[in-house]
Amino acid sequence: MALKLPIYMDHSATTPCDPRVVDAMLPFFTEVFGNAASRSHKFGWEAEEAVENARKQAAAIIGADPKEIIWTSGATESNNLAIKGAACMYAKAEPGQRNRGHIITAALEHKAVLDPCKRLEREGFDVTFLEPGPDGIITADMVRQAFRDDTILVTIMWANNEIATINEVPEIGALCHEKGVIFHTDATQWVGKMPTDVKADNIDLLSWSGHKIYGPKGVGALYVRRRNPRVRLQAVQDGGGHERGMRSGTLNVTGIVGFGKACEICLAEMEAERDRLLKLRQKLENELSSRMEMVVINGHRDRRLPHVTNISFGFVEGESLIMGINEIACSSGSACTSASLEPSYVLKALGVNDELAHSSLRLSLGRWTTEEEIDFAVEQITRTVEHLRSMSPLWDLYKEGVDISKIQWQAH
Amino acid sequence: MAYSKKVIDHYEHPRNVGSFGTSKEVKESSEIGVGIVGAPECGDVMQLQIKVSDDGRIEDARFKCYGCGSAIASSSLATEWIKGKTLDEALQIKNTEIVEELSLPPVKIHCSVLAEDSIRTAIKDYQSKNAKGSPEKASVN
Repeated sequence: MALKLPIYMDHSATTPCDPRVVDAMLPFFTEVFGNAASRSHKFGWEAEEAVENARKQAAAIIGADPKEIIWTSGATESNNLAIKGAACMYAKAEPGQRNRGHIITAALEHKAVLDPCKRLEREGFDVTFLEPGPDGIITADMVRQAFRDDTILVTIMWANNEIATINEVPEIGALCHEKGVIFHTDATQWVGKMPTDVKADNIDLLSWSGHKIYGPKGVGALYVRRRNPRVRLQAVQDGGGHERGMRSGTLNVTGIVGFGKACEICLAEMEAERDRLLKLRQKLENELSSRMEMVVINGHRDRRLPHVTNISFGFVEGESLIMGINEIACSSGSACTSASLEPSYVLKALGVNDELAHSSLRLSLGRWTTEEEIDFAVEQITRTVEHLRSMSPLWDLYKEGVDISKIQWQAH
Repeated sequence: MAYSKKVIDHYEHPRNVGSFGTSKEVKESSEIGVGIVGAPECGDVMQLQIKVSDDGRIEDARFKCYGCGSAIASSSLATEWIKGKTLDEALQIKNTEIVEELSLPPVKIHCSVLAEDSIRTAIKDYQSKNAKGSPEKASVN
């Protein structure tokens, strides 16, 4: 089969909808178009039935009860609702006052967690941003040491979006339960790829989204524990009292149906898919590392998601690398590809030096990634890195044995 | 980001890449001037070497660049432009001309500034190398 270019290796950013998901969704645009909140006719009943069926599918993939699933517009909204909703519900002082409670999170969380936490900080809460070690992992011990008497919420992502490292979530959850503190995890990169059991893993609140699991964009879910402890949230969006009052707004029935179907497929195919993708990623990393020098894999070597690699190529600048691998769609930690001219804050939090952070690529494989595509990617990346190194003055210095960090550069 | 055709051409087929020997050889040669500007943590480092003839013309130039496509193109273009010029003529090259030639967007103007700096630094290096022996040598018109 001929390779279709460009190849897509950015599944951590978003995934294509599975055709089976699209098929499941289609009738709900035109035929079963009712408002799931309409109680007085068949159109509404059918829509509600579809939503409740999807709720079962969503609950099944994380080991929850369907009543514990709240529909949202995506993981960003789920995170906002979980963090702001829990903080305000369990606050130790009224709005406008100080010392309203302590929240623990980490420096390498997604902005959809960091920014709600920063807003709460401005509104009278105290927030601790944990710093990971060089392997990028947040451990239960780090959380234990950050606990205070007034800690009300811990929010730690399950797997990191840039380096795919896996935090000690079940252990952190156990610790929170021991202390009687609410535990939220942003599991956007985790659910659908890895087995999840919110009961056994001690999770109170869990966010995930449809478009990372071969479902549609614009739909997400939040798991809210109902027993031991029963978690309560203050609504962020007020209105018609949908979703047990926690999230008002007419349900996106079509999207929810797609979300449910996407969960069902991921659950059924998870194990085989995980093994397949791990083999492909190993091939990708092994080939790149064996063909070239100074290839560095960022984050913990083993404790990470099987389908993602974050990899740096020494003495090569990231934007020129992206320019050369124009047939591979992927993400870069380079400053030049972002608006801020700062390299990735996640890699910085790991202590990766700027020079290597500038040259990092995040390659994330998915359901339709083939071995042929891996071979193609290895060829194009190798060719580009070699071309750029042949032009790189830093590569020459490295080859001459000069320590670049010791040079006095004329920064401008 | 969309690159101009000229930037892509310089990126894919850089002109005058390389250096005039090892760093020791280059340092010891009185006819070669070297300009290294930028810093790795800023994401770009340019190295420009000029070989100057007895009559004060840049007879050859080499560059190496660690940086984005626009930085590579700016330094590659700089080598093309300075070859055959006298030192004074080379000093007249403005970064804005590089911006115009390569159609660089505003966020990439610093790449052209860096290229202009590398020309100045290389010429200065050549002049200081030759200042002691025969001071008039560098200013022959």
